[in-house]
Amino acid sequence: MTAQLDREQRPRPRRTQQSGSAQTPVEGASWAPGAQGPRTRQDRARHAGAITSRRHALRYWSVMVLLGSLSLLFTFGILGYGNPMPFGSSGYWLIAGMRVETLLIIGVVVFCQAMATVAFQTATNNRIITPSIMGFESLYIAIQTGAVFFFGIAGVTMVTGLPQFLMQAAAMVLFATILYSWLLSGKFSNIHIMLLVGVVIGGGLGSLSTFMQRILTPSEFDVLTARLFGSIGNGRAEYLPFAIPIALLAASVLWWRARRLNVVALGRDTSDNLGVNHRREVMIILLLVSVLMAMSTSLVGPMTFLGFLVATLAYQFADTYSHRMLFPMAMLIGYTVLSGAYFIMRHIFYAEGAVTLIIELLGGIVFLTVLMRKGRL
Amino acid sequence: MPDHRFTPLRGQRGAASGAIPSGVAEPVQPRRSPRRQRLFTPALLIGILITCGLLVLSLTTGQYEVFSEDGFWMFGITRVPRTIALVLAGASMAMCGLIMQLLTQNRFVEPTTTGTTEWAGLGLILVLWLFPGASMLARMGGAVTMAFIGTIIFFLFLQRVTLKSSLIVPIIGIMLGAVVSSFTTYIALMTDHLQTLGIWFAGSFTGVVEGRYELMWLVLVVTVLVFITADQFTVAGLGRDMATNVGLNYTAVLFMGTAMVAVATGVTATVVGVLPFLGLIVPNVVSLFRGDDLRSNLPWVCLVGIATVTVCDLIGRTIRAPFEIPVGLVLGVVGAVVFVGLLLRQRRRGGLVT
Repeated sequence: MTAQLDREQRPRPRRTQQSGSAQTPVEGASWAPGAQGPRTRQDRARHAGAITSRRHALRYWSVMVLLGSLSLLFTFGILGYGNPMPFGSSGYWLIAGMRVETLLIIGVVVFCQAMATVAFQTATNNRIITPSIMGFESLYIAIQTGAVFFFGIAGVTMVTGLPQFLMQAAAMVLFATILYSWLLSGKFSNIHIMLLVGVVIGGGLGSLSTFMQRILTPSEFDVLTARLFGSIGNGRAEYLPFAIPIALLAASVLWWRARRLNVVALGRDTSDNLGVNHRREVMIILLLVSVLMAMSTSLVGPMTFLGFLVATLAYQFADTYSHRMLFPMAMLIGYTVLSGAYFIMRHIFYAEGAVTLIIELLGGIVFLTVLMRKGRL
Repeated sequence: MPDHRFTPLRGQRGAASGAIPSGVAEPVQPRRSPRRQRLFTPALLIGILITCGLLVLSLTTGQYEVFSEDGFWMFGITRVPRTIALVLAGASMAMCGLIMQLLTQNRFVEPTTTGTTEWAGLGLILVLWLFPGASMLARMGGAVTMAFIGTIIFFLFLQRVTLKSSLIVPIIGIMLGAVVSSFTTYIALMTDHLQTLGIWFAGSFTGVVEGRYELMWLVLVVTVLVFITADQFTVAGLGRDMATNVGLNYTAVLFMGTAMVAVATGVTATVVGVLPFLGLIVPNVVSLFRGDDLRSNLPWVCLVGIATVTVCDLIGRTIRAPFEIPVGLVLGVVGAVVFVGLLLRQRRRGGLVT
């Protein structure tokens, strides 16, 4: 049973579509190893690397360049558009400097979400779910709420500042470690049970937080909500100095292990056979994912579908199993989407608060289409 | 071989026999219908007594002295409606979970894990937005309609997609619910109904007084209907092919079940709000003890549902008297704990291999 399934999940290189060739494999067709279909002239130049042909390379890099130029455009747009001061004056740079913070927040959030989602989907061998449903965000909110609940307004100071920030991140990682090591070990280790337990614990923690918030005095509640919910335009920039290095550290570990990720993506049996300790790798990946999610949540609060949107588009455009090519693509896509949405919402609709909502809607729609087009999950 | 089988939670039977609910596996009785005697076992009577005791407790709990001069009047206005609403909501939501679990052949399905409640919320917000000042009945209509559409969409999706594991179903459902609720939030944000949404999403019996709860009687109609058609759902629980083989119009039953679930969810959502996990925990706990015969389980499911909601409501009312904590939040916490317990229990027994 599982062996068949692994076969299904093996990322199969899609031939580049050529007009007149009927060689494109049908979606959902079973694909046995070795049965690579009839070889055609276009296959001869292919090889089994991350990039299968020259055409593939061209497509990858042209998408990257396009995304890069778009994101540069949006960056300068956010910095310079609607700036009331004349260009080059000291006032102009002052205002632009204030907007750099927003850009940094967008950058860090996208960086974390893109990395975390791609890695998480590899670890769980499932391209539909995202780490945000695993209850990390609920845990973050529960920690914040709990501090205020047990220690009053003084509790707010207990959850701000560098040591506290690190403590919170540590608490989240600890929670993740306990959950994963407990559910992924033993005879009946099953990643789906782990996911579902995570989802349910997330829901329960959410209820618990709301429960505590109900009991707070109104003034405490106000202080708490001010701490709890950031948006892109109003992110908690004071965390940036800690969030950036931590995120970079976690991401660089993922980057360094990218080749192991490529193997993990083949599924448990295959990677065990190839000499990669699948369970251990998955645990390490999930821990790093929890760190990244902690950073993202601490800056702007929960975002459900951004990661999904970014990862899905990256698979579509990059069309490769290599994580070292997927990660940058996902980040660029995310940055383009998020900065573009922010720019448009801010300067055209004057509704910065709705940026995250718009992204959620976009991601949600993509999620639904992917769901309906997929044959197996 | 179907990919997501209906594996019973009972450990006594292995996962291999999972395709046959025990109610069918029992030796065929000659047609003298021993059900009546089997239904009213001493255990059930004790269950009824305990539940009634809880309801009496619910009637006497509160800030107002009901034994004072005008206490009886107050009693009639708030306590009685509230208790009736508790009974109806508890019984119907637990049953909704049971029906959905049979129709999808999946243990982890219920209105909150398929997005049905989120769809109902979308319907509510749409009605509020398009027809400001709409009556309770109109709002309810919107909620029921959208809940029906949403549930059908989910079922269609389940039939289209082959799943590797039954555990994926609730995860997908929760994600779907998140999509729908982001739409709802967006509309609410645009039309200044965000607070309404927040209040609505934490189910609570606080506002249930005379004149606001009468719609709940609709749920009673659904409950009676479920009792009448119970056997058809049991057969539908065998899967589409098997059910069609034994002469059941599967599609009709599917639509009927969906309609019942939608009505119950929509009405409860409009009057009370969201009651998370109820439809998931109660049927599973009942079949842990009693197996899967729907007809003899139904009264139990109703009883346990009522008792659970009543206990959670009492907790919410007493923990911080004179203020109330919405029952939905208490259920969310308690339900999550029980659900994880169920999952782990099944995992230990190895009943969840794929």
